[in-house]
Amino acid sequence: MTFMSVLEIKDLHVSVETDQGTKQILRGVNLSINEGEIHAIMGPNGSGKSTLAYTIAGHPKYHVESGSILLDGAEVLKMTVDARARAGLFLAMQYPVEIPGVTVTNFLRTAKTAIEGEAPPIRTWIKDVRQAMTDLRMDKAFAERNVNEGFSGGEKKRNEILQLELLKPKFAVLDETDSGLDVDALKIVSEGVNRAKTNTGLGLLLITHYTRILRYIHPDFVHVFVNGRIAEQGGPELADRLEDEGYDRFLVPSNVG
Amino acid sequence: MSAASALSKSASKTVPAPSTPAAGSSALSPGQHGITEHSDGRFGYVPVQTRSDRFKSVNVADFEAVSGREAVWKLSPVAKFTDLTAGELNGSRYEVESTPSADISVAWVPRTDARIGTAGLPEERAAANAWSVFDEALAITVSGEEAKEITVTRSVLGNSARGAHTIIEAKPFSQATVILQNTGEARLSENVEIILGESANLTVVSLQEWDDSAVHLANHFASVGRDARLKHVVVSLGGSIVRVNPSVRLAGPGSDTLLLGLYFADAGQHLEQQVYVFHDAPKSRSRVNYKGALQGQDARTVWIGDVLIGNKAAGTDSYEQNRNLVLSEGTRADSIPNLEIETGDIVGAGHASATGRFDDEQLFYLQARGITEEEARRLVVRGFLTEVVQQIGSPELEARLQVAIEAELIGTDDK
Repeated sequence: MTFMSVLEIKDLHVSVETDQGTKQILRGVNLSINEGEIHAIMGPNGSGKSTLAYTIAGHPKYHVESGSILLDGAEVLKMTVDARARAGLFLAMQYPVEIPGVTVTNFLRTAKTAIEGEAPPIRTWIKDVRQAMTDLRMDKAFAERNVNEGFSGGEKKRNEILQLELLKPKFAVLDETDSGLDVDALKIVSEGVNRAKTNTGLGLLLITHYTRILRYIHPDFVHVFVNGRIAEQGGPELADRLEDEGYDRFLVPSNVG
Repeated sequence: MSAASALSKSASKTVPAPSTPAAGSSALSPGQHGITEHSDGRFGYVPVQTRSDRFKSVNVADFEAVSGREAVWKLSPVAKFTDLTAGELNGSRYEVESTPSADISVAWVPRTDARIGTAGLPEERAAANAWSVFDEALAITVSGEEAKEITVTRSVLGNSARGAHTIIEAKPFSQATVILQNTGEARLSENVEIILGESANLTVVSLQEWDDSAVHLANHFASVGRDARLKHVVVSLGGSIVRVNPSVRLAGPGSDTLLLGLYFADAGQHLEQQVYVFHDAPKSRSRVNYKGALQGQDARTVWIGDVLIGNKAAGTDSYEQNRNLVLSEGTRADSIPNLEIETGDIVGAGHASATGRFDDEQLFYLQARGITEEEARRLVVRGFLTEVVQQIGSPELEARLQVAIEAELIGTDDK
């Protein structure tokens, strides 16, 4: 029997500080993802989907009030951001930031070295990077550009998936990776995600507002996120229903009185 | 000596290159109140003066006392070095060490040396003060067509106020890299004249790694002859106040200069450079690239880049840029490019200036890929500054600077 990795989120409550004071965003999230599974989290804007993504990665803006995130039994919430990545978590960001002065090549090598604990063997590494870039239809010149500097929206998303393929995490959270992509770019990016899953058997948490990306990346489970917690879950058929009906039935009018 | 008659106080003003057009005033109706003129009125109005017309004199008495409002001083902490602008300086010989190099002589020469005053003249009081007092000039004379390198080190200047004068001459067709290395204590105002004969190929690196308390005000004046090439590099890492102002006159047709700068200001440090390139001959070419990093409370940098393309300089090509990387709160970087063009017949003239932050989101992004905070900062700074280091052309010095930059990062983390 082989060991099966699992990411468990237990009764997670998260708030952020805003100009209007503390704002409660996550109100008791429970979710368990096994390696090799694809979970889609869908929900309307402002439901807390991105907060969940950033809390898993450890962004300092989000304050965990209670609950737990366990990776193979180890408490992720006690780890620094970089320790989480080294433990096998990956966040593909919705808005990847520009890093002046750091080329894609240099960045990828540094990240790979950090995650593996030693520099990758040069020849195979260069080959791997080239192959992954070719697969994602990224021009060679890309490698010598500064990370995300002057990249188009589609290029930034491809660069995220490039990292996903090369860093080989156990679990990846994709935060609205589909947003702003035209259909060709969406297909390329989706292929990359599917390839990563085939190659490494990672578990995926796919956060999206639309069902569009689910045509190319097929979820095993779909969770509907409303008002900071999971309101409903099911299989792929739930996504189809959302496609037809939208989120209206989950939205409680009493919010506005 | 030609001392123009303009008042030293007439803060000269070059025309800023039109990078930021005045905010849409043309779209407003002309009759509207308060918009036909700049609303700041005419206070402190200074007539536009060409950069080359600034008052120059070798005599300190020709300059009025420094107030800090002068164009050349307004971004400098002048109160902290009145000994250099108004005090009496020690102009005697000091100890220098130099590495042996065939075809490069290092010698003290008298004030009457014919080369003195041929590359440029002081435009401010600290420079004139130094010029007034030096007993002898240190002359580094390069001959021979083979490439070679020399390092001239000053490490025991001490903390009394000094004035100094240096001549670096590259004879026609000669080639060399001259590294001026500065360490230890100093309160120094100095002038460095750099004279390139026809087709000479000279690299001058001025490396400031002074002790924390040092104050260093330097003016470098270069004159570049026909088809000659000057690479000039200013590296300022250590010292309390370091101000190195290179001024290069492209005097001969086909002359070429590359001006590089690299600086890393940490808490409380003031690092300044006022760069001036004067295209005074046809087909001359210049490139200016200064990059700096700032980290720590009151880390302060100033870059002013003046380029003047004179009316004799047809067919010139110039580009200047300054980039600053801000690594923490509490810093200030001034970056001011000015471009003046007196002839329409040019190949190119451009400039760029940008000051960017290394911020928490960038840190988060790098950490989210497994990279530690310390490594993330190092990665960003190294990447940013390496571009300049790699252009110096002295492998040994480049390797040493990479190490020095790493040390800066670690050093400032402790403060």
